[in-house]
Amino acid sequence: MSLTRWALKKSPWVYHVALSPCNNCDIEILDLLTPRFDVERFGIKLVGSPRHADALLVSGSVNRHVLPRFIELYKQTAKPCVVFGIGSCALSMTMFRDSYNTVGPLDKVVKEIDPNAIIAYVPGCPPKPEAMILGVVKALQTL
Amino acid sequence: MKKTIVPLGPFHPLLEEAEYFKLIVEGEKVVDIDMRVGYMHRGIEELSTQKTWDQSTFVVERICGICSTSHPMAYVLAVEDLCGCEVPDRAKYIRSIICELERIHSHLLWVGLAGHFIGYDTVFMWGWKYREPVLDICEKLTGNRNHYAMMKPGGVRRDLNNDDFAWVHKEMDKVIKSTEMLVGAVLDDPVLHARTKGIGVLSKKDAIGYGTLGPTVRASGIPDDIRTDDPYNAYDRVDWKVITWEGGDVFAKAAVRLLEIIESAKIVKQCMDDMPDGPIDANIKNMPPGEGIGHAEAPRGEVFHYVRGDGGNSAVRHKVRAPSFMNIPSFKATCVGHTISDVALITAAVDPCYCCTERMAVVERATDKLVMSGRELEECSRKATENLKKEYGSPTKVEKTVQKILSDF
Repeated sequence: MSLTRWALKKSPWVYHVALSPCNNCDIEILDLLTPRFDVERFGIKLVGSPRHADALLVSGSVNRHVLPRFIELYKQTAKPCVVFGIGSCALSMTMFRDSYNTVGPLDKVVKEIDPNAIIAYVPGCPPKPEAMILGVVKALQTL
Repeated sequence: MKKTIVPLGPFHPLLEEAEYFKLIVEGEKVVDIDMRVGYMHRGIEELSTQKTWDQSTFVVERICGICSTSHPMAYVLAVEDLCGCEVPDRAKYIRSIICELERIHSHLLWVGLAGHFIGYDTVFMWGWKYREPVLDICEKLTGNRNHYAMMKPGGVRRDLNNDDFAWVHKEMDKVIKSTEMLVGAVLDDPVLHARTKGIGVLSKKDAIGYGTLGPTVRASGIPDDIRTDDPYNAYDRVDWKVITWEGGDVFAKAAVRLLEIIESAKIVKQCMDDMPDGPIDANIKNMPPGEGIGHAEAPRGEVFHYVRGDGGNSAVRHKVRAPSFMNIPSFKATCVGHTISDVALITAAVDPCYCCTERMAVVERATDKLVMSGRELEECSRKATENLKKEYGSPTKVEKTVQKILSDF
């Protein structure tokens, strides 16, 4: 295991990216920081800049308007990083599959930017905060 | 003085839809504001016409995660208006309970975020901590923390178990108690008074002129509420009152929301007591051609839905108007003349789900050079509170309440 990957496993800092979600996953992500779940005790911290992040928490199906911004943002993130698709929209676009404004599911978009990207999914609409914690732990164990 | 542009957004990573605000400032004073919305466009209205009448309730539910009952509520009212069916009584009471639970958790969420903006993270943690029991109730009654999928044209999708009500009563009492604690701590704090009173005043004239809705207009002293103006569900059968507050500033908006939580809790308790037995679904068999409108009071204001059908299985046209669409333009009246450190709070006060200031940057108009990052802007807001704390002396009312809770613990 390389040093950078080993370092990634400890206290991952996450950055939250909203790619046209319905806000529900985003609220549940914020919920993780509040007293009931309090992920900061595991060293998981929400940071304000992608340059500080080890993982991106992406919610929503990608639409045309935010796609260029997401590409820019992914390029700014320090590598290696893990991309978490939070919720069913990021996973399979669910009911927004037929919309004229969405460009594709998250993995297709990310693989186009970086073929070696590490992508993990937490399904659910919205996923429960417990499920998100489990998803992050499981993804980090596979590194 | 030289004019400078401060762009806010469009991407704020904390939560909610992306909006873009362009503040034109002179020194620290905002002289004009311009805004762009539409970053979260997913083509819901068009998608809805591809689905059947029944499936569309799930699509409109995903317009917004926090108003996830208000949108289906307005939609099913529109469909029922189109086909002219009568909803069973029990379904009406169940709908009221779910709508009010949503209002409680949405307002608690707002109180938390407003606290976070002015650097009172204690209020943020409180608001969200006391929101969790409400989500527990939602999960117990409907099966999910958010996106309840309870609405259905003609009734509700699943019945509530009357045996759960005793437990819900107990939990609602806790919510009322913790909200009263929040009201006491937040509304009496001298620092919060200085930070919110007289800030972002929306006069009665402007509130009507901009067509603002919900708590934003009620904080300007106008008792505008769809629940009393055009009663739907069981709102005309229970005892509650519309909360209004004079002033129109950020403080008034906070007060209206906090007091509304208690009213909503009262409605939930009464609905559970008066809950009649009977069917929960009117079983709509066919859809006539025609038009229907429905409006419901979301936590942020009136949600309006319009549907037109041609007798077929899906809507031919579906139009949605959400409350934030009307409330956001009022920034033009409220933000101008205030300092940058107040703008984050004023824009948050109408609850457009504006939450993140990390993406803000101050740019010199002449050179396009980055002068100040979003982080520093947030610091600016926090510093203003810190200075006030020093001025009013420590400990403040919030800190005293924390100490009291800790000593009880």
